[in-house]
Amino acid sequence: MATKALTLYDTTIGKKAVMAASGIILLGFTLGHLSGNLKAYAGPTEFNEYARWLRTMPALLWGARLALIFAFSAHIYSAFSLWRRNKSARPNRYQKKVDLATDYAAKTMYLSGPILLFYVLFHLVHLTFGGQLFGDGTIFGIEGYTWEASNPYNNLVHGFQHWPIVIPYVLGNLALGVHLFHGIWSMFQSIGANHPRYNQYRRDLAIMLAALLTIGNLSFPIAVMAGYLEPTTLRFNFPELL
Amino acid sequence: MELKSHEPTGPIEQRWTEHKAHSKLVAPHNRRKHTVIVVGSGLAGGAAAATMGELGYKVKCFCYQDSPRRAHSIAAQGGINAAKNYQNDGDSVFRLFYDTVKGGDFRARESNVYRLAELSTAIIDQAVAQGVPFAREYGGLLANRSFGGAQVSRTFYARGQTGQQLLLGAYSALERQIAAGSVKMYPRTEMLDLIVYEGRARGIVTRDMVTGKIEAHVADVVVLATGGYGNVFYLSTNAKGCNTTATWRAHRKGALFANPCYTQIHPTCIPRSGETQSKLTLMSESLRNDGRVWVPRKPEDCDKDPKSIPEKDRYYFLEERYPAFGNLVPRDVASRNAMYVCENDHLGVGPKIPGEPRRGVYLDFADAISRLGKHTVVERYGNLFEMYERITGDDPVETPMKIYPATHYTMGGLWVDYNLESTIPGLFVGGEANFSDHGANRLGASALMQGLADGYFVLPFSVGNYLGELRTPPALEEDDAVCKDAVREVKARLTKLIEAPAAKHGPDHFHRLLGNIIWKYCGMSRSRDGLKDALKQIPELREQFYREVKVVPNKDETLNQTLERASRVADFFELGELMCLDALTREESCGGHFRTEHQVDGEAKRDDEKFQHAAAWEWSGDASKPVRHEEQLTFEYVKPTMRSYK
Amino acid sequence: MKTKTIKLHVWRQSGPNDAGRFETYTAENVTEHMSFLEMLDDLNEKLIADGKDPIAFDHDCREGICGMCSMVINGYAHGPDERTTTCQIHMRHVFDRGWDEVWIEPWRATSFPIRKDLIVDRTALDKIIQAGGYISIRTGSARDANEAPIPKPIADRAFDAATCIGCGACVAACPNASASLFTAAKVGHLALLPQGQAERMSRVKSMVATMDELGFGGCTNHGECEKACPKGISIDFIASMNRDLLKSLVVDRGDAEAPDEGA
Ligand SMILES: Cc1cc2nc3c(=O)[nH]c(=O)nc-3n(C[C@H](O)[C@H](O)[C@H](O)COP(=O)(O)OP(=O)(O)OC[C@H]3O[C@@H](n4cnc5c(N)ncnc54)[C@H](O)[C@@H]3O)c2cc1C
Ligand code: SF4
Ligand code: FES
Repeated sequence: MATKALTLYDTTIGKKAVMAASGIILLGFTLGHLSGNLKAYAGPTEFNEYARWLRTMPALLWGARLALIFAFSAHIYSAFSLWRRNKSARPNRYQKKVDLATDYAAKTMYLSGPILLFYVLFHLVHLTFGGQLFGDGTIFGIEGYTWEASNPYNNLVHGFQHWPIVIPYVLGNLALGVHLFHGIWSMFQSIGANHPRYNQYRRDLAIMLAALLTIGNLSFPIAVMAGYLEPTTLRFNFPELL
Repeated sequence: MELKSHEPTGPIEQRWTEHKAHSKLVAPHNRRKHTVIVVGSGLAGGAAAATMGELGYKVKCFCYQDSPRRAHSIAAQGGINAAKNYQNDGDSVFRLFYDTVKGGDFRARESNVYRLAELSTAIIDQAVAQGVPFAREYGGLLANRSFGGAQVSRTFYARGQTGQQLLLGAYSALERQIAAGSVKMYPRTEMLDLIVYEGRARGIVTRDMVTGKIEAHVADVVVLATGGYGNVFYLSTNAKGCNTTATWRAHRKGALFANPCYTQIHPTCIPRSGETQSKLTLMSESLRNDGRVWVPRKPEDCDKDPKSIPEKDRYYFLEERYPAFGNLVPRDVASRNAMYVCENDHLGVGPKIPGEPRRGVYLDFADAISRLGKHTVVERYGNLFEMYERITGDDPVETPMKIYPATHYTMGGLWVDYNLESTIPGLFVGGEANFSDHGANRLGASALMQGLADGYFVLPFSVGNYLGELRTPPALEEDDAVCKDAVREVKARLTKLIEAPAAKHGPDHFHRLLGNIIWKYCGMSRSRDGLKDALKQIPELREQFYREVKVVPNKDETLNQTLERASRVADFFELGELMCLDALTREESCGGHFRTEHQVDGEAKRDDEKFQHAAAWEWSGDASKPVRHEEQLTFEYVKPTMRSYK
Repeated sequence: MKTKTIKLHVWRQSGPNDAGRFETYTAENVTEHMSFLEMLDDLNEKLIADGKDPIAFDHDCREGICGMCSMVINGYAHGPDERTTTCQIHMRHVFDRGWDEVWIEPWRATSFPIRKDLIVDRTALDKIIQAGGYISIRTGSARDANEAPIPKPIADRAFDAATCIGCGACVAACPNASASLFTAAKVGHLALLPQGQAERMSRVKSMVATMDELGFGGCTNHGECEKACPKGISIDFIASMNRDLLKSLVVDRGDAEAPDEGA
């Protein structure tokens, strides 16, 4: 039997492995992102100092950004090609079909994924490129929400005082939670990280991480709206780097 | 016709080796030139096709299921015997040979049986090398159990799925050859006739069960490994598709059919529950190791909760009648006694079916549970208990199982010589389809052994020997007249079924009626009058069948499951008649064949003087008037004794 | 004895090119002792008597081992009972569920084209086995079976995988119509045994590539297959197969050819 030389990516399993690997990168970033943001609770100075520190290391910043862009593209492209394949594997649907094992999260990956993508784009436009895009004007035309170039803390806190920012944020993070609930467990399965002794903990870990990230991220709008995090009147000054 | 067994002579332990040493071979480069047809993909056919493909023959393999992996060998539960003596309990090739000849009630050919015992060990090696996951002990070595009352532990098993695992081993070897291009597989293709040309088997006529296309396949050799004919009873433990068509059609083309009346009725099956029952389910014989068989002593207790019946009112009929062997008496003895208590003594506890005695006896695990603990018993038989509960709704841990005998295996089959060649040169027969190794009764766990011995070792060798001698057979093509005629004949046969003049009932209706006749008159116990009666009823019913069978859709060139069944039932009719005739002619009781006229104290009485032979029937053109031939059997190594299990 | 009348909606399709549709039948006098297939047998006998085309369905052993039967019953592949094949469903259990109306559909997957009514073509599964689901051992060349002890837990685990009956319910139940569980069962069975090591890497590569080529979907870890599987084969075997595949392609790049028989 002549089989053509097989490359990993040719196989559906390879594609899932790519999704798992890129998923790990994205998960790592999400965790890092949260832990950075938690500095908001330490106060505006700390938070802004952290933001400034990030910008003093362009190599790290850009390295990370490139890795993220790569991971995102790989994740999305693989997901898309699997989705297409899987659709064509069963074009005729059942009149009746009962699900016994799968859950909402697993079935809606192709929904939570795109929601997340849109949210991330929105989030980037909002906080990463906000300066460039909105100049000194109002952000997304939200009255009273103006960009403060040297004060990321205020950009964050002010934002959560406005529903048009909060709503996408909450939705995006709920999608994130759901996506990760299945994604993390799925990742173990896809790369074959299984062992009879530890298998039961894979679910637990997935639930824990998904919950941690969702709750952590959602804590910011809640804290702002509850008045626990407030805009600062301090002035900061650091170079505007991208 | 003189039946030549072609068995080698000399010391029995050297016969196979000597025989091989002096046989013809086909050189590797010549093997590609020979096409071999193997019908059947069970243990015998699958193993033979794979092995011959590997040797380099051009093999075409056929089965009626959608995949070769589904042959009925898949259903064997209990195990496979082999004289490995891994348990150091005194087993040997000779002992396995001895037990098999004796178990067969001295109606099998010694040379064949010895070869079977000899090859048994290589089967286990082969299977393990293929990855068959036999049960193992904690030390990592293979486990064995004693099966069906054997005095040694020589049975290898894979949970309750030994047949499945062995078949999947053979199937994997077969698929490997299919991938390599040496075997071409034809699933969902049913053999409907044999093509004989210039006195040799040269091909088959098949029907593609998806498109309905009927065509001829030509080869230099035809191997039949199409399994047993137990479904002649309609209800049996066989798969629904098991049939005699391949063997019967070969019989009609000149292959003698031997000992058709030797059928095995297995004692531990789930009783029939009603009119619409379509098949019976076997509960592994191993259950008798720990279960006790009983019925109430008083007919009025039959309706009571068995647990409420006190010990003294319970009739442990096997233990009482056969103190030495108790519940582990051979299958035929256990079956017949269950029938007696139900049909003669009216002590049966089976389901109530209008117009029938209650058929069923208890198989009770209460003692085993109190002795070994529930855990151990459930560990041993858990999957069987589950299966039982699924079908009956009762949990055997809570309440005794109910069992009743059912047709399970057919020892009879196409007559073959030592080389497994039938009376048609070039037609070889292996596995349950032949009559060769089990005499009048088969020991538990030895059908799998025989199927694989035939398939892996005997058939590939015998076919080589035949082809080595034959060299180049006369040219024959699929579009030659013989083949075209054969195809036309098959079409005409099917048309006759489709165009029955007074079509009324589907084929199952007639199959059920036929089954009832055979079960009643040619089942566990047979009498002269009964058999004569059956011989009158069967041809009448057959005529009615041809008049009234209804086939829908009424065309053959399409997927047509009704037509498939009708064509099989048609052949069962003829075979059924032959079974009764064979049973009537065999004026003795032996093994699975019990004639009420021939018994001492209720035990089978053989007549070695008159019947120490295999009866091989020749088709005469009239289903009711076949010609009987005899192959005398000689016993040099195991002297015939009366079987006694008292 | 309980008896009931049951309304059946059955997928009827005269051949691969027919569009197919549901037709409704009434099964009368269904008793609790009947099996699900006996109910259909009975219905079919009546259809035949009426000169109507009986419902074509696959079945053979009727004891849950051959893997031939295959129906999606009220949305469940092989019906709702756990670890049970279609042929082992007894009406008693259907009664217990209170079902008076039952929908019967064939396995649906591109790789399992429908031949007629409820009969599908599953030769794709055989092709996956052909790609390497075996140990290449010549008949007669095996060493003594007890020469290589295999620890019981390993043998038992290999058995858990080997018990697959090749029914395809995993494909039928999978939202992606993936054959991963079937493939993983064979890969896992052979990968666990010492005999299977020599071809372990080439086997997994070849079998997975073939599974993909045949048009089955990819696994996205829903776990539906495991629940539908009548033999309860665990999706842990899928994870192990994934690991072996990654290993074979990343770590041990070696030769990506399937084991060559040089036929
Ligand atoms: C429930 C059950 C349990 C058993 N348990 C044991 C046990 O524990 N130990 C033991 O030793 N034995 C056991 N037996 C007996 C044993 O399983 C069989 O005798 C043996 O497997 C038969 O193998 P085979 O290869 O001859 O035939 P099968 O496995 O029956 O194969 C027949 C093949 O022929 C094909 N075929 C048939 N007719 C046609 C046709 N007309 N055209 C084309 N193809 C055709 C079929 O498709 C199939 O591939 C058991 C039997 C049953 C029924
Ligand atoms: S894995 Fe389970 S569901 Fe899939 S084919 Fe095997 S037995 Fe059937
Ligand atoms: S018919 Fe064999 S498994 Fe259902």
